[in-house]
Amino acid sequence: MAFIPHTQADVAAMVDAIGVARIEDLFDEIPQGLRIKSLAGVPTALNEMEIGRLMSARARADGAPLSFIGAGAYEHHIPAAVWGITTRGEFYSAYTPYQAEASQGTLQMIYEFQTMIARLTGMEVANASMYDGASATAEAALMAVRANRKSKAARILVPATVHPHYRRVAVTTASNQGLKFEELPYCTAEGITPSASLARYEGQDITALMVQQPNFFGRLEDVDALTDWARARAILVIAIVNPTSLALLKPPGEWGARGADIAVGEGQPLGVPLSSGGPYLGFMTARMEHVRQLPGRIVGRTLDVAGREGFTLTLQAREQHIRRAKATSNICTNQGLAVTAATIYMSLMGPQGLTRTAAAAHARTRELIAALTRVPGVRLAFSGPYFHEAVLTLDRPVAPVLKSLSNRGILGGLDLSGYFPELGNALLVCATETKTAADVECYRAQLTEAMQAARAA
Amino acid sequence: MPQREQLIFEYSRAGRGASDQWPHEADPAALADLPAALRRAAPPQLPEVGELEAVRHFTRLSQLNFSIDTHFYPLGSCTMKYNPKACNQYAMLPEFLARHPLAPESSGQGLLACLYELQEMLKAVSGMEGVALSPMAGAHGEFAGVAMIRAYHRARGDLKRNEIIVPEAAHGTNPATATMCGCVVREIPIEPEGDVDVAALEAAVGPNTAGIMLTNPSTLGVFERRIEEVARIVHEAGGLLYYDGANLNAILGKVRPGDMGFDVIHMNLHKTFSTPHGGGGPGAGAVGVGARLVPFLPVPLVGREGERYRWLTEADLPQSIGRLSAFMGNTGVLLRAYIYMRLLGREGMQSVGEYATLNANYLMARLRAAGFDVPYPRRRAGHEFIVTLKRQARELNVTAMDFAKRLLDYGFHAPTTYFPLLVPECLLIEPTETESKDVLDVFVSAMSQIQKEAEQEPARVTTAPHTMPVRRLDDVRAARQLDLTWKPTPP
Amino acid sequence: MSKVPADLKYTKSHEWVRALADGTVEVGITDHAQHALGDLVFVEVPEAGRAVKAGEPCAVVESVKAASDVYAPLAGEVTGGNGRLGGEPQVVNSDPYGEGWLMRLKPAAGALSGAALLTAAEYQRVLEAEGG
Repeated sequence: MAFIPHTQADVAAMVDAIGVARIEDLFDEIPQGLRIKSLAGVPTALNEMEIGRLMSARARADGAPLSFIGAGAYEHHIPAAVWGITTRGEFYSAYTPYQAEASQGTLQMIYEFQTMIARLTGMEVANASMYDGASATAEAALMAVRANRKSKAARILVPATVHPHYRRVAVTTASNQGLKFEELPYCTAEGITPSASLARYEGQDITALMVQQPNFFGRLEDVDALTDWARARAILVIAIVNPTSLALLKPPGEWGARGADIAVGEGQPLGVPLSSGGPYLGFMTARMEHVRQLPGRIVGRTLDVAGREGFTLTLQAREQHIRRAKATSNICTNQGLAVTAATIYMSLMGPQGLTRTAAAAHARTRELIAALTRVPGVRLAFSGPYFHEAVLTLDRPVAPVLKSLSNRGILGGLDLSGYFPELGNALLVCATETKTAADVECYRAQLTEAMQAARAA
Repeated sequence: MPQREQLIFEYSRAGRGASDQWPHEADPAALADLPAALRRAAPPQLPEVGELEAVRHFTRLSQLNFSIDTHFYPLGSCTMKYNPKACNQYAMLPEFLARHPLAPESSGQGLLACLYELQEMLKAVSGMEGVALSPMAGAHGEFAGVAMIRAYHRARGDLKRNEIIVPEAAHGTNPATATMCGCVVREIPIEPEGDVDVAALEAAVGPNTAGIMLTNPSTLGVFERRIEEVARIVHEAGGLLYYDGANLNAILGKVRPGDMGFDVIHMNLHKTFSTPHGGGGPGAGAVGVGARLVPFLPVPLVGREGERYRWLTEADLPQSIGRLSAFMGNTGVLLRAYIYMRLLGREGMQSVGEYATLNANYLMARLRAAGFDVPYPRRRAGHEFIVTLKRQARELNVTAMDFAKRLLDYGFHAPTTYFPLLVPECLLIEPTETESKDVLDVFVSAMSQIQKEAEQEPARVTTAPHTMPVRRLDDVRAARQLDLTWKPTPP
Repeated sequence: MSKVPADLKYTKSHEWVRALADGTVEVGITDHAQHALGDLVFVEVPEAGRAVKAGEPCAVVESVKAASDVYAPLAGEVTGGNGRLGGEPQVVNSDPYGEGWLMRLKPAAGALSGAALLTAAEYQRVLEAEGG
């Protein structure tokens, strides 16, 4: 029980060595009135067979419907080796690598991750990850305030096309430290952030501009124009990017004339299962000039006393350092196992595999859009270029249609009417390489029936 | 242990690849609509290796690590207990892994039942009225806790309360969190026997007090004997009590923080509830609150209406401090904690507190008998205790760091060193309940051996470790000559 | 025992001040401070032309263990920072009162005489009280 190995003989020898009569005597410093007799409200123990049955039953009840939802979490094929190795006890049950000599496996793996993610984003340095893309975005805002010496305002411009949850997390995390997030309106016809939105900030003290690519709608922003506008005004650029897309799209390090300053995003597409939202990993990269403002853990390569190469956590003094009454962070973790999985995934996919994955996802989304827009009452909302997800508008409320599809085993996408009511009956749909042509046809057919049934009612 | 393993990039050869893992090539015409100005000029420079090469590389890397599965980790304040394999196996059932976070509640009732029951069990063990599961690490849970305290005072119009009291032995994240929430930190001293200085506390509280952050047992490994008085003082001054759950393992099933007077608690599911440390994460820092703070809980959390479960959002909790995670937190970690708590049940959880405390007191008694000094000899240990090596440092020039490094050669991960800062040359030792008496006895022998070496052959200790894949690493060089990403050597 | 040159002035936050012939002052961190920090890995000094108030953090010294702000001992304008420390932060450890100077300031009118600086003896007492 409770994985406790002690025998009665062990206990007897131990209490004897301590000099007490029984285990209960060891709690004699705790006021009697505080000690509880038993834990009401906690069920009695199950053995492994019983918990296995319970979990299997619950998993079966949830099933595995055909899903076309994206919106910040993307279904991709995960090679068996990824979690086969990640769940090895030596990775799974290892501690944070503070004792470097006993943790060279973890440390080297993180160094490899930092290298790969820096190259993918076209930036110069990366940390060992933040909790998720949303918290990485919040930390990027705090970092920009620390790094931008010329700005005193702590004002961050955030396009409305940045993931709505990311915007909320940034506010929850950073507003207690005086950061102000201002929303940049988007063009409802085009689904992207027009440069005109920036005009009214001309001459004002702005600390940083965030740009998400592809944006929440799957649309491609004019990243070069936005980046150059900010750079010309000493405003730091924070890029929020999808890692799979970076196999095909220009990385933030190459945006505009001189690239973004900080690039963050959700690393889940790199070998981490959807798993109802977590654990994921937020990657965070930057230009070298900002390295001392980068929060979180960073691994560096160095030499040992015998002159051999080894890896260690470095730049740790910044982690609890409070500077200049400006923003600070209390983060002292990284997403260990998720980072391990991402590193193995990137190694197995390599440049060709990731490129093919990105291309297949884009191709399948295009097919999906083509098929669904043939259904009466369904239009594509924005005509410009998108990547692996897009917004459809329906001629009726989305929620009942999604419910009808769900009853038929299809999760049709994300209803946007709560987030963006100005778009009307809008639905965000996504298809990756995991969907087949038959899956797409199935969705089209079921959607046609669902729309007809609603029309008839 | 195996020797070094080269970098994955050093295996890379143009044209190699694990092609069985790749999708078929898409029709190039499908990419024609992506504007050329937004296209990447050249593919990203990821390694090009075959599947066996990658598997061999990462497997060999894993073999360079210590881990709970292979080694005893007496790390104080980390609770390195066994991570049951069942927790991983059932959390990774394919339906749980495949579910999208934004899938409708109708296709998530099984998952939501697990999370709801986890909330209820955590309430029961902590003595709290409400629990939220979305904070993704201990420090994240701390942030949520302090943010809720601030929100509570603001909601009452009490805007002056911005001071957080912290004992001088507190973990570094406590004052950092307070600052992150826009608060000012006031430190109070500890008395010689390890309890908080109550007179100093009385002097420190006032109309500006937002609250106090405490761990119990404290970071010194001893129970805060006057906790009820501390709670009374802080509450009477209008402040709230925050419990840092790092040491919950000592009292699990024996005492509940809610009963001690705490208003808010964060729990480290990756410590007390045995979710994997994973080389640094992912963790989960669930928060529990008393009735006063329920309206401020971070969203989303799971609610139940009759037989149906659903997500509670800002619409249900308009005073919530807000959203901390893109979705609902580290769900896979939460499932592991749920499975662990169901395997233990109420009887098992009671045993945790008992045997963690037994193991710590036994180890302390044996080490004292072997001649090691403890700073609080008259106190009971909780689930952990401190040994101080300041005598060895003074007389033999052998430090806590040296002992820690030499322990690696004996096959033990070192205990926590140099924390808490209050005790010089300290080792903070936490065996946990899943270690047998045999393991503890071997550890005591190793410590005695190292003490003998320190007396007779100190260089062996001060230049340790000798048998690991690397010797001591040059931290100063690592920070001065930053090498944070691999670059190929030019030809 | 750390060195405390008699001819300098000091602050409670472990900075030293040397009056130069041209009316400017030179500022650095004391031997006690460099010893407490350990081997420095990074030093950041302010740019020339920057105006500072007394007590304002204006430089950073970072070791493996800790990163510390350095506070301006008096109000004035920075005339220059020690550019050598970018590549050789360890000079602060080896020669904290000489080559390891951090910055030079032109004091504001009356700032030098009005500044609440400690003598060497007074700073020595601060160290003894701290147990250093």
